[in-house]
Amino acid sequence: MKEKIIIVSNKTGLHARPAADLVQTLSKYQSDIKILKDNFEVDAKSIMGVMALAASFGSELKFIADGADESEAISAIEELFSSKFGE
Amino acid sequence: MFVDKDMVLKGFAASSGIAIGRVFLLEEEDFCFIRKEIPKAFRKAEKNRFDEAIEKTRNELNVTYNKINDVLGENYAHITDVHLLILDDPTFKKDVYNLITDGVNAEYALFRVLDKIIRSFETINDNFFKERKVDIQDVGKKILINLFGKKEKNLTKLDEDSVIVAHNLTPADTISVREKKIAGFATDIGGKTSHTAIIAQGLAIPAVVGLKNISSLVKSGETIIVDGDKGEVILNPSPATLMKYKTEHDVQLTKAKELEGFRNLTSETTDKHKISILANIEYPEEVPVILNNGASGIGLYRTEIIYFNRDSIPTEQEHFDIYSKVVKQIYPYATTIRTFDLGGDKLTRMGVLNIGNESNPFLGLRSIRLCLKYPEIFISQLRAILKVSVLGKVKLMYPMISGLDELRDANAILDKVKEDLKKENIKFDEDMEVGTMIEVPSAVAVIDAIAKEVDFVSIGTNDLIQYTLAVDRVNENVAYLYDPMNPAILRFIKRIIDEGHKAGIKVAMCGEMAGESKYTPLILGMGLDEFSVSPSQIATLKKIVRNVSFSDSKTMADKVLTLEDSKSILKEIDAFMKQEG
Repeated sequence: MKEKIIIVSNKTGLHARPAADLVQTLSKYQSDIKILKDNFEVDAKSIMGVMALAASFGSELKFIADGADESEAISAIEELFSSKFGE
Repeated sequence: MFVDKDMVLKGFAASSGIAIGRVFLLEEEDFCFIRKEIPKAFRKAEKNRFDEAIEKTRNELNVTYNKINDVLGENYAHITDVHLLILDDPTFKKDVYNLITDGVNAEYALFRVLDKIIRSFETINDNFFKERKVDIQDVGKKILINLFGKKEKNLTKLDEDSVIVAHNLTPADTISVREKKIAGFATDIGGKTSHTAIIAQGLAIPAVVGLKNISSLVKSGETIIVDGDKGEVILNPSPATLMKYKTEHDVQLTKAKELEGFRNLTSETTDKHKISILANIEYPEEVPVILNNGASGIGLYRTEIIYFNRDSIPTEQEHFDIYSKVVKQIYPYATTIRTFDLGGDKLTRMGVLNIGNESNPFLGLRSIRLCLKYPEIFISQLRAILKVSVLGKVKLMYPMISGLDELRDANAILDKVKEDLKKENIKFDEDMEVGTMIEVPSAVAVIDAIAKEVDFVSIGTNDLIQYTLAVDRVNENVAYLYDPMNPAILRFIKRIIDEGHKAGIKVAMCGEMAGESKYTPLILGMGLDEFSVSPSQIATLKKIVRNVSFSDSKTMADKVLTLEDSKSILKEIDAFMKQEG
């Protein structure tokens, strides 16, 4: 199991388009991936869950990946956030 | 020349008034909110039906993607990405599958799951994110249309002329028409005090229920008359009948206008005896309506709606948010909040408890019994009620108390909750009144003892009549036995009022009986302090109270209490009404 805390740094936060990018990317991995925000936990492959997090600029998110490709999944998450979803 | 022939169907008068309009038939398979049981053998097929609807929707979305791409380019076409992802959302699909596996139809499963998700979006404070629920609603609608096939029919086509005809309406159905103005309701099943009836009265929409087979006799668009006073529905009315009803409808409208004048007057008899007329409500949205109708507070706030359409127990915060809307709006008047009053089946369906099938749910683990057995459900509600008590004037009311032990057990939990709040430095109204409904015959037997340990009591006539006379009020075969004028009921009511007064507390009535204007002088004469009624009845009751004398009503009530059958009782009441005008 791998964990990673990430601060949302793109202006619009995990709004529709970035949320879609995140879900599309993570759906390619086999691992179970969860996102925790405050006391709220969602499946990172569920678009509705991710949007319902209402993760705006500056939110702290904890990603937990569990499975065969967990390391790759976490790297992909880091990459997406550091690229600020191409904004 | 064709022969005009009225077709008259008899049912139960559920909500008064006359409606003349066009049939809007809700066929079960056409209506997304209708819950249908799917037998085990067909559940796999039901899942496939859902999958097919998803695939059809995917094709449509792809077509849309291509269209946008062609006209506006790829950047815009990406809007549909979110829609496609919603369609493939694993959590969403899993939840729908689970409900179908549990044995409900795909439409209902989809509605339930989407409703829950949309609700979670509605609690988001950030408007930017909140608006995403629109995407979910759009996709949901597309899937539903594909599930329905070509028979798409929806409530947006309802208008002021529509009379909804259905086999049955669940609370969810009735709620969904709440914002639209429709002319009337007519349903196959249900008795005088079924949920449809209660909501229709609240909305002041004429309704007749228990019509047995009306939904298979009519077609959408046909002319229909709903006589909510007589409990009749007329199909294919002749021009003469139509004319007669139109005239009566006009008379009713004139009367309604006249009643408006009474809204803001005090409820005081000709000999200056004052009583309170309060309202029964279910939604915060009803508060402006009841204030407008002249209610001086809420005598019964039913909190069960909070438990509908969800699969988890509402949190303390959810209770608090919704109660605070009511309490603040009605202040300086009081809100009497009744605690959880549902059957265990509801919680079993929510997956919270597994109580199993009770062969006799009305005599089973429900209401206060359930709260005492599973205090965690009760505590979150009590905490919320205590917390809102500082935002206005709040009274707490327990349902279904059957004796002193239950009352004391409930109060012990309440005391513990108060202690906890004190430790947490959370403020609440230390003098908040605590009362109980009297609706179980055993509570009437020991009312003298109960009255000494509460701040008020409120007679729940629907259940009291049902339990006393051993009548299931929604069973059409025995509904005729449900008689508020049964001398047994009147003696019980008198006993409750007298013992309450002996203990120095106020006695209210919040059942349907309190709102039936025919009984008002009688109940007034028996000494009732507070009438809590559906919003549409407030002005009518005020008018009656202001036109009778308390001492005459008392004399009549005393006479009635000596009578031994309901026929003579009704005769006496009718004679009194004629005399007092």
